[in-house]
Amino acid sequence: MAVLSPEQTKPVEQSKAFDGESVAALLKEGVDGAVVSASSAGIVVQNDKLIATLQWLKQSPDLAYDYFNSVTAVDWPDKFEVVYHVSSTSRGGPPLALKVNLNDKENPVVDSAGSVYYGAIQQEREVYDFFGVKFAGHPNLRRIFMWEGFEGYPLRKSYKEAYYEQDRKPFETRWDQGHHIIIEDRVPWHDNVIYPKDFDPTTYKQIREIVRVAPNINEGDVKALKTQPVVVSIGPQHPSTHGVFRMNVTLDGETVMALEPIFGYLHRNHEKIGERNMYIMNTPFTDRLDYLAGMCMETGYVIGVEKLMGVKPPERAEYLRVIMNEFTRIVSHMFGGIGQVYSDLGAFFTPIVIYGLEERELIIDLFEAASGSRMMCNYMRFGGVWRDVPEGWLDIARELVDNRLPKVADEMEKYLVHNEIFDIRAKNIGVLPADLAVSYGVSGPMLRASGVKYDLRRADPYSIYDRFDFDVPVGANGDIYDRMFLRIKEIRESIKILRQALRDIPNGETMSIKKAYSFKTPKGEVYAHIEAPRGEFGWYLVSDNTTTPYRYHVRAGDFVNLATMEQMCVGHKIGDLVGVLGSVDIIMGSVDR
Amino acid sequence: MKIFPTGTLKGMWVIMRRFLRSYPNDISERRKAGVLFKTTPDTAVAAERASVQQQGLITVEYPEVKLKPPENFRFVPFLVYEPVLDAAGKPIVNAATGKEEIGYERCTACGICAKVCPPQCIWIVRAVGDDGKPKPKAAEFYIDIDVCMNCGLCAEFCPFDAIKMDNDYELAGYERHINHVYDLDTLLKSTTYYESIKPTDYAAEEAARLAKEEAKAKKPAAAAKTATAAASAAKAATPTMKSNAETDEG
Repeated sequence: MAVLSPEQTKPVEQSKAFDGESVAALLKEGVDGAVVSASSAGIVVQNDKLIATLQWLKQSPDLAYDYFNSVTAVDWPDKFEVVYHVSSTSRGGPPLALKVNLNDKENPVVDSAGSVYYGAIQQEREVYDFFGVKFAGHPNLRRIFMWEGFEGYPLRKSYKEAYYEQDRKPFETRWDQGHHIIIEDRVPWHDNVIYPKDFDPTTYKQIREIVRVAPNINEGDVKALKTQPVVVSIGPQHPSTHGVFRMNVTLDGETVMALEPIFGYLHRNHEKIGERNMYIMNTPFTDRLDYLAGMCMETGYVIGVEKLMGVKPPERAEYLRVIMNEFTRIVSHMFGGIGQVYSDLGAFFTPIVIYGLEERELIIDLFEAASGSRMMCNYMRFGGVWRDVPEGWLDIARELVDNRLPKVADEMEKYLVHNEIFDIRAKNIGVLPADLAVSYGVSGPMLRASGVKYDLRRADPYSIYDRFDFDVPVGANGDIYDRMFLRIKEIRESIKILRQALRDIPNGETMSIKKAYSFKTPKGEVYAHIEAPRGEFGWYLVSDNTTTPYRYHVRAGDFVNLATMEQMCVGHKIGDLVGVLGSVDIIMGSVDR
Repeated sequence: MKIFPTGTLKGMWVIMRRFLRSYPNDISERRKAGVLFKTTPDTAVAAERASVQQQGLITVEYPEVKLKPPENFRFVPFLVYEPVLDAAGKPIVNAATGKEEIGYERCTACGICAKVCPPQCIWIVRAVGDDGKPKPKAAEFYIDIDVCMNCGLCAEFCPFDAIKMDNDYELAGYERHINHVYDLDTLLKSTTYYESIKPTDYAAEEAARLAKEEAKAKKPAAAAKTATAAASAAKAATPTMKSNAETDEG
């Protein structure tokens, strides 16, 4: 498996060599007639040559675009544009954008990329659900967040949501004649529900057929007892599914035969809200994505808009961002990635969750003092941060980082390593091999636990991460044990970064531009991705020179990671399922968006 | 599989130590306060809980004990008014209503807060004078606090320091459509209240305002420059990081 060697971890020079134009030049030789047009932003590819192009990009030894970041679509007045982002785990560097134009707005069809990247399968369902773009050859093209009784495709520009007011905020009814109306009075419930034609909610039955999506599962693993397979629906109201996640599990005895993740119980169409919102309004909304890592979510979005605007935050703000991000990572790993897994494996809320929570309290007290809120921080701004941290804040942070957090990490390790019970429950359970992890587009600690040294802080450095000295730890087997142990190692690396950042943080301004609540961004598009505690979170923003984004897409790391559940669970006992799900470390706020 | 589970025992020792660590401080603090065998919660426990030196697990017994939120803390917005002061500098209280006389509302109904609000929960009716021209004053002002997402953008972008974020987080009620839609009457709070919850911000704003007024009184360009410098310096002031151990006597 490709592993980044130290000299490859700074891919800035290489990434210059491969932007849209240079790849297009190579592509002209590789796949005949594929390129329609190319710019540094991306390549527009012929509709029927898409799969061949992706295949070639993946296999080309120089380019090695083996990692599938995201697929989404943009609803332009005259066409649908399907946008793919692929990157390389061996080279690093920013992702390459590929686009396909679908001019038939009535019946948009494009080939499914699922045969090249397994990770595309689940995300293509999302595109189908939101835009009605059909993917030919897709194994399971069904709605993913919405149910079958939902009429329309919500991210099309023609779609109006139930409590629709106006295309863009600010709404005119709020000022200067803003007589308050309860929204339900204006649009009463029932008047805003439409079912598709030929759909009767009273006779609706949920689809129960098993669609095996995960390839490469050894069918022999499933021991055929002569019993009838039973379909068990785990969740959405189940304490171990970390929110309102649901799995339809087909069981043979106690052995998992098939597993289908079911999403959408916390779906609120974050992206549509984001397209109605002015740019600045989205910052507090991003906190609600991964609510254990609000600071990271804000950073990702703000970096994206800053790229569009062409501004850079001042030094002190950059350091503050790094400090907040790494504190967030520690909080999130301690509570979500380590503590909750213990809880899932049976140590129910006794030891480690509470120890994690103890440190979490201290860290989010710091967030509260700096930003005003514990979880929904809303601290990042375009061109800096909201305000400087209070006096004495850095001293408390230093004390925490120097004296307290390393001890807790040691303690967690002591509790984890060589614990016989834990060994039995976690080793060789939920194994995800490295090549599959890459193909599925798995990211974050899950990917690294499988042995792929791919961390965006190193591979495609954002903010000022290229200045810090830290390692990217990797696991060996990609089982539950590795994922948890890796998170402890990552906490140590975060502490290392925090020490350097708290030592070097300069004095000065925290905003580089004048704050404005309503501004236009130049036309363009950007894909900004960050290494959040739950993997790669990417923001694909398209600007049409107005105050709101034309397209606002979030690539959620844990949503993509969940696609591997079936792969990891088939052949194991149902009791292990909960542990595997815990080790994926999901937050439904970002999975369902 | 080992026969003797040493690793597990080591893990259990971690738990044991943690368990033991929670109590010595607690007991000694309670003894000092003379409440060792009472259930009365001690504020010192809360102080311990918030410090980095904290050992073990400490529960703050809300609502008997409340941690004082930091100065930057924000919950729902409120509007600031300047009270009418008597000769001694104390606000005059209206005998009939039992409320302070409102000297002047800072809000000019410019609508920036309503425009920047992400969930659009602010509703403003601008006042109209007898001549039919709009006046810089809000006739009606509503905040639907069930919709409010506590982001603080309204307070951040208000050019008149008129809307600020409150620290009061106990807003639960039995009804949401009347009690949770705050009108002008509920929203208006005095500058003295604002000063009590956010002293650093208040002082900085007052300093900036004074500097501006001085510059206006003096005159042109050079003075204005120093005033803006002073104003920006004042704006940059941040609250001191006090341990939130000081508790509100609930």
